[in-house]
Amino acid sequence: MVSPAHYIALAVILFAIGSVGVLVRRNAIVVFMCIELMLNAVNLAFVGFARMHGNLDGQVIAFFVMVVAAAEVVVGLAILTAIFRARRSASVDEANLLKY
Amino acid sequence: MSHPEVLAAGAAATAQGITFWLLAVISVVAGLGLVLARRAVHCAVLLAVVMLCLAVLYALAGAPFLAFVQVIVYTGAVLMLFLFVLMMVGVTATDSIVETIRGQRLWAGLAGIGLLVLLALTVGHAVIGPAAPATAQFGNSNVQGVATLIFTSFVFPFEVTSALLITAAVGAMVLAHRERTTPKPTQRELARRRVASGSPAPLPGPGTYARHNAVDMPALLPDGSPSQLSVSPVISRQPEPGQRELSGAAPGAHHDPGDRGADDHEAALPSEAGAGSQRGEGRW
Repeated sequence: MVSPAHYIALAVILFAIGSVGVLVRRNAIVVFMCIELMLNAVNLAFVGFARMHGNLDGQVIAFFVMVVAAAEVVVGLAILTAIFRARRSASVDEANLLKY
Repeated sequence: MSHPEVLAAGAAATAQGITFWLLAVISVVAGLGLVLARRAVHCAVLLAVVMLCLAVLYALAGAPFLAFVQVIVYTGAVLMLFLFVLMMVGVTATDSIVETIRGQRLWAGLAGIGLLVLLALTVGHAVIGPAAPATAQFGNSNVQGVATLIFTSFVFPFEVTSALLITAAVGAMVLAHRERTTPKPTQRELARRRVASGSPAPLPGPGTYARHNAVDMPALLPDGSPSQLSVSPVISRQPEPGQRELSGAAPGAHHDPGDRGADDHEAALPSEAGAGSQRGEGRW
């Protein structure tokens, strides 16, 4: 039988993988994908907790997370295309004008 | 509960367990691949695998509405947006292997393992009870249950969400908009520019006179040499020694310095300096 603990364990693993990806990858689009992976992992944890408590609050929160993630991706990718247009590169190392 | 019902419940639990473990393994492997794959398109495909696995897991955990939203919003909209931007930014963009910060990968991996251990300890110490008895709101009336919550207790966040979505749409349009600084060229100017460029004819199509007509197969010039002009630079594959016979050139033409045919590797260039200028035109 699959218990909520299984879902939460899987969510923990996926979240850790996503955070490593954000730290390691240099392509900004792939960094975004890893952020999406982390958001998905958190959604899975919400769904698991909703199942554990027997009410739907967790599912509604996961739904709102999806909405916010969609808006975040739209704005993020628009910023990325703007940066790519200006600098001809999608690497996170290239956008360093505000560095020092 | 009669005997067959107990058996059926046991079989359903077994099927649930099998589905969960299968999808858990697939999603973790795909997640690792997402971090390790070097080409961004492979990453996008692996992310799609993870998202579809999670959609099935939502359905398994009693959230059929979220499962469908996951497929429609995430796999359908967000991932397609990723792929569109990948097409604009360049499919060929691979991550560089060079570390900009020394030892960054090692430390990032250690930090990831540390985070995993921390989270595992936290979750391990937390009391995660068994699943609550399955009610109808985790099954057939899931949509009604979610709708009731959204339009009663969560109605204010729901309204704020609409403002967020409009802001995001306007923001994306403003950020992605490009001001035209020069007037749009007319048909006449385009024609003049084309004639003045020296090559008014269209570029050769891929695959002409080659062994087959795939889009990544360069066309053969009258002398048998492949024309790199005929292949889109996005999908052109670099000529490798093992692949040369695929280009359709006559096998006897190899290693013949007089023939400027099939053998145009970088290494062969110095010995064929005379032919270099003409072939240089055909190169990207």
